Amino acid sequence: MTSTKDTNDTKTAAPLVRLSKVSKHYGSIIALTDIDLEVSGGEVTCVLGDNGAGKSTLIKIVSGLHQPTTGTYEVDGTEVRFDSPRQALERGIATVYQDLAVVPLMPVWRNFFLGNEVRKGPRLDIAFMKKTCRDELLAMGIDLRDVDQPIGTLSGGERQCVAISRAVYFGAKVLILDEPTAALGVKQSGVVLKYIVQARERGLGVIFITHNPHHAYPVGDRFLLLNRGRSIGYYAKTQITRDELTGLMAGGAELEALSHELESAGGAVAEAAHALGEEVTGLGIGNPGQRPGTPAGRDGGRTANP
Amino acid sequence: MAQTAQAPVTPPLPTLDERVGRRSPLARLLARPEAGAIAGAIVIYIFFFIVAPPFRYAASFSSVLYVTSTYGLMATPVALLMIGGEFDLSAGVAVTSSALAASLFSYEFTTNAWVGVLVALAVSLFIGFLNGWIVVKTGIPSFLVTLGTFFMLQGINIALTQTITNQVASPDISTLQGFGSARKVFSASFTIAGVNIRTSVIYWIVFCVIATWILLRTRAGNWIFSAGGHAQSARAVGVPVARVKIGLFMAVGLMAWFTGMHTLFLFDTIQSGQGVGNEFVYIIAAVVGGCLLTGGYGSAVGAAIGALIFGMVNQGIVYAGWNPDWFQFFVGLLLLGAILLNTYIRRRAEARL
Repeated sequence: MTSTKDTNDTKTAAPLVRLSKVSKHYGSIIALTDIDLEVSGGEVTCVLGDNGAGKSTLIKIVSGLHQPTTGTYEVDGTEVRFDSPRQALERGIATVYQDLAVVPLMPVWRNFFLGNEVRKGPRLDIAFMKKTCRDELLAMGIDLRDVDQPIGTLSGGERQCVAISRAVYFGAKVLILDEPTAALGVKQSGVVLKYIVQARERGLGVIFITHNPHHAYPVGDRFLLLNRGRSIGYYAKTQITRDELTGLMAGGAELEALSHELESAGGAVAEAAHALGEEVTGLGIGNPGQRPGTPAGRDGGRTANP
Repeated sequence: MAQTAQAPVTPPLPTLDERVGRRSPLARLLARPEAGAIAGAIVIYIFFFIVAPPFRYAASFSSVLYVTSTYGLMATPVALLMIGGEFDLSAGVAVTSSALAASLFSYEFTTNAWVGVLVALAVSLFIGFLNGWIVVKTGIPSFLVTLGTFFMLQGINIALTQTITNQVASPDISTLQGFGSARKVFSASFTIAGVNIRTSVIYWIVFCVIATWILLRTRAGNWIFSAGGHAQSARAVGVPVARVKIGLFMAVGLMAWFTGMHTLFLFDTIQSGQGVGNEFVYIIAAVVGGCLLTGGYGSAVGAAIGALIFGMVNQGIVYAGWNPDWFQFFVGLLLLGAILLNTYIRRRAEARL
């Protein structure tokens, strides 16, 4: 695999999506600063970050809802400026939102074709749409005997998968998945992760937004870590282990500080602090400076914490 | 399809399939929006059949159907609007506004009655457009917007009629040219097997069939359900929600025009204060017929049956020789009962565990 630490070095084929030095300001609020991101066909790029890290702002830029304040956005090597999600969709960039995907009371097949209905004259071609919906879901491994049931009766994971297969069917080249596993249980998350891998096998580029490193690591090829609107690391899979990723996500230094604070309180709290300290050491994030491929910006971001 | 790679995730899926397969045809029927209304209509029919002897004759049932049709014509678009997630409290007086516009215009300018009919059509569509446009542009709940237009229209109806004619009713337009042909189109009747049936009954059924076809078989129907069910999702997949909603308000306007023309050409004249309170009848018919107040669920057939229930109670009380003052009490009781029944049936039929 061509694994690169930074986006600066060029690959032979231009990536499907590439953001370079992208920043976003909302008035006086600086939501994102100098973010690089790229995804090619058959690749999964994971964007990790805690709440408020700037993940949603980043998706909104890629999906065409917002425009970057500075920096460039390229699709297939040519610079673009999307005014609406519709334009992004026309270039094959589809976003699957966590809760915006479906109309719960409508049948599965109607949801699948909503906004892209197939018609015979003025009538809906219901037989075709039902069959296609069933087949497409089957190709994704969901065997629904009754595509007429309201989609709200499916489990959360299945609903995500319907939304994903819908985007794939309608010609998406890049899938942006907005926290698809956030509201799901362990098993359901597994189902969704499986479809992410399947989408990658089909040659799609996937941008997978999550705050769970355990979901990101098994499926991801690249990992962009965000904290407070800045990149705190951009790694290829070969450059980082699962534990290091978890440690970065957990905010290793912050955990250490918390552990010291608790220790000084004494008593039972100190015991908890000790346990926490061991946990932190176990994650292999003892000294931030020794991590491989660590951009300078990361520590700056962290020490800025009050 | 059970490949080894999928083994860990397949277990929950077959259980779902089994549950789908186990649903009996009865459960499927009960899961339909209009199920509660059908059950209710049968019960009420049997009830009045027993307690009100005149109710058993075809002639009186024809008048039940007529009363039903005057409400059903409006309940149909109101149900579509509700499925689309909006209300129209101005629907009752809008009927009167349309009839007044037609009669006052053609009378004052001594035009052919059909000119008044076309003017009224434009007025009604404009009222519908205005309601929809304000709701869509401002995001203010349609309950409030149309409450405003309801009072405005009522004021205009009474004040304008008073100013122009110095009376509370519009002048008799039966002498105008074109009145006869307009009456034939909007307010005719025919006789089958000795029973007189007004064409409005036929129109009502035809419009109900058209509405059902639109809802279930066309893209517009898909869009209506999605606009009411989850507008944000609908917008995200490219459904023009604003256009759909404005269109629905205009459909209410269109049917208000049709109903208004029917009333006008049946009675030659229109009381300017008429129509107040009917908006609730339309909404009740839609709700009794299984439309959800929150939108995204319901049927036009249900609204038709809801209107039929309303018509049966309305006439049944008279045929039973009861004090008609009890009518409103029964309507309220019906509404409450229908809501409870609908909720119960829907929960039961959709429960999956």
